[in-house]
Amino acid sequence: MERTDYPTLGLVVYKTTLPNGLTILVVPRPGWRRARACFVANYGGADRRFVLDGKTCDTPAGVAHYLEHKMFDMPSGTMDEVFAGRGADADAYTSEAVTNYHARCTDRFGENLRDLLAFVSTPWFTPETVEKERGIIGQEIAESEDDPAFAAYMSCMGLLFGAGPLGDSIVGTAQSITAITPEILSVCHKAFYVPANMVLAAAGDIDPAEVERIAREVPPAESGPLPQRDYGLDLGLMPLETRSERTMDVSAPQFCAGVKLGPAAMGPEALKERLTAELAMRCLWGGHAPAYLDLYEKGLLNDAFHYEPTYAAGVGYVCLEGESPDPEAALAGLLGAVDRDMDPAFFARQKKAMLGGFIRMLDDFYDLTDALAEGHFAGFDALAAPVVLETLTVSDVTAWAREHFAPSRFALSVIRPKEA
Amino acid sequence: MRSVRREIMPGVFLTSLQTDKFKTGLLRACLLAPLDRETAAKNAILPSVLCRGTVRYPDMAALGARLDELGGAELSPTVRKLGEIQAVGLAADFVETGNDAALEDMAALLGEVLLAPNTRGGLLLPGYVESEREKLLEDIRARVNDRTEYARSRLLELMCPGEAYAIDALGDEETAADIGYVALTRHYRVLLASSPVEVFYCGAADPDRVAAAMVDALSTLPRGELDFDIGTDIRLNTVDEGARVFTEEMDVGQGKLAMGWRLGDAMEDPDMAALRVMNALLGGSAGSKLFAAVREKMSLCYYIYSSLDLMKGLLLIESGVDPADYDKALAEIGRQVQALKDGDFTNEELTAAKRTVSSDTLALLDDPERLEPFWLGQDLLGLDYGPEELAALAEDVTRGDIIKAAAGLACDGVYFLRSREEEDGED
Repeated sequence: MERTDYPTLGLVVYKTTLPNGLTILVVPRPGWRRARACFVANYGGADRRFVLDGKTCDTPAGVAHYLEHKMFDMPSGTMDEVFAGRGADADAYTSEAVTNYHARCTDRFGENLRDLLAFVSTPWFTPETVEKERGIIGQEIAESEDDPAFAAYMSCMGLLFGAGPLGDSIVGTAQSITAITPEILSVCHKAFYVPANMVLAAAGDIDPAEVERIAREVPPAESGPLPQRDYGLDLGLMPLETRSERTMDVSAPQFCAGVKLGPAAMGPEALKERLTAELAMRCLWGGHAPAYLDLYEKGLLNDAFHYEPTYAAGVGYVCLEGESPDPEAALAGLLGAVDRDMDPAFFARQKKAMLGGFIRMLDDFYDLTDALAEGHFAGFDALAAPVVLETLTVSDVTAWAREHFAPSRFALSVIRPKEA
Repeated sequence: MRSVRREIMPGVFLTSLQTDKFKTGLLRACLLAPLDRETAAKNAILPSVLCRGTVRYPDMAALGARLDELGGAELSPTVRKLGEIQAVGLAADFVETGNDAALEDMAALLGEVLLAPNTRGGLLLPGYVESEREKLLEDIRARVNDRTEYARSRLLELMCPGEAYAIDALGDEETAADIGYVALTRHYRVLLASSPVEVFYCGAADPDRVAAAMVDALSTLPRGELDFDIGTDIRLNTVDEGARVFTEEMDVGQGKLAMGWRLGDAMEDPDMAALRVMNALLGGSAGSKLFAAVREKMSLCYYIYSSLDLMKGLLLIESGVDPADYDKALAEIGRQVQALKDGDFTNEELTAAKRTVSSDTLALLDDPERLEPFWLGQDLLGLDYGPEELAALAEDVTRGDIIKAAAGLACDGVYFLRSREEEDGED
């Protein structure tokens, strides 16, 4: 494996790409009791339409997530049983962009890694097991629909993108999942779970050579073709609609404001773009930013406020979420900061603080391995962040923010309390 | 990783863990007070008011600038309920590499925020107090927005009416609404002078250096008559003979179930390792009996888990189910608890539960954020062993230990948050 040293971070990363196209990234962390491995498919809730063997497939909302649930089954038992028997645990999540399977353990890492790879590489879908899952996922959907923050987010995604790969919920709806069959799951597995469309990232007090050896033995020796995806997204930067409102049982208005960033860069440029966005938002809306503090003091925002950039389906977008007695006024206050000049001393401190946040992230296994996987799919080295961050200037960041954050480009969804 | 605990000032206890595994240092300080309806909201608001500004850093912008200079350090207010004790304080996370005085700088700032608030005429600033009072009220009301958390908190309120345990960590709306800056300043001085203080550090510095930094940072901490009379009343029996059932309605599709079980006689001379393994076996992991039966076999829910409060002697079971499946779910949960009492579980299930507890416990050693509550909990329970010893004890738990730990389990309250009747479409 190829070794890269990051002396300023005190880390070493081993990386290789196997003949079948699977990329492996390993970060040894001596002295750590627990090891974590994540096996990630570049396949998420947004990947609904694709071409396989010359045929275009349209799949229902929620299929990537449904498939995630069903990868926990093999004829010999479930992943939960196998891992629990060793005191290890395995879990998974599906985002717009990826399906991430991860396992953690304090011993028998090799066996656990082997099983993680075997379960995720083995399609086994029977009518009974697929049917059984419908009740479970139905409750997962019901839970998400009762969550006001999720409701605000989904409404906002609808405003930005309309129905489709990003406007529909990752988990689907009670209706959409009725169309999911063993055949559809098999097709999706065949299209997206090919080794060249996956990455394995691991961290812990582990031997990189052992990880490579197991990764060579378990997944298929040959990769299929990389899937061709068709998102059919409107790549315009304006939201399709700008405002939505509904009521739920909530204590105060909950809001989600969103803005499209346009096509997402790939390669090293993507890292620079993402860091620029993150630094810009930290300077404009972070916990120490003047606009945020002003709104906090006025009672228009509280510490529930946060923002989150997402890159999926070939595009980027940002959501600003929180609670406010007057979401319109809060959004106006946040966007008012975009046109004001940034204090260079404040900017320099935010850069320093962002670097500190990055270094603290390295102590979190989840964040570290997920960041490596995400960087791999976008074509950049996530651990190069400090070097790239150092090059960003106040004028870069200001220009980027003004280009992307014009008020007319924002959509706002609000969940209001029911009238008493 | 050796843990060293010592009293560095009267009633100020420092637990210090030295390790070079992390790039991050973690420092926590909290004041311990009895959980009481009259004072809960006042205690809960204090850390937030203190984080508004100090003598040297008079507002959030100045304090934020200092944290940014310290390499993006974080300093946040913390409010917790530990059994019937309320712990309020400050949590600091900071990068230790690249600054030889990172610990001293952080400790000094933590001490400044805790002990030297921005005041006028000796009183906390009215603007800060009023603003944080509104935010505290928003937080208390916002409990309803998280349906799962709301169900748990309502269960405890309704199930434990005569116990301090019913009180939420944030207090209630009535007492929060009454908070004013003059009385709060007085309360702040009393709390500082009378509370035992728990300080926790995990990072590269040795215990002597941490003690010196904290003694320096807390040098102006007033120490009056300390109230060590804090603790938790354990109720062994249920209030009525059977479980009390509480149902409330909300505009939701999924029903939220929360059940409270008294641990009973198992709390007379508690075997902590056996109780933890018993919980893992019942509902503490994806390999547990509840997960296997209620989710995997019956497909009734997405989540179901049990959890323990070893200070209070309670076991909670929580799940989200369709209101139409409420009876089915409840009956199956009852069956699984009974199976535990009857010893009706396989050796494989027992081994899995033991390994789960042992592995989770060892993994604490990688996670300072979880080590802090672990050690604080051990101290409050009067136990002095660490994660490695606890993991070894879990490995030694026997079938008989589990049956004994489960024997006294008695359901005292069932809370169900369900959709409004007229919205069910039932005729």
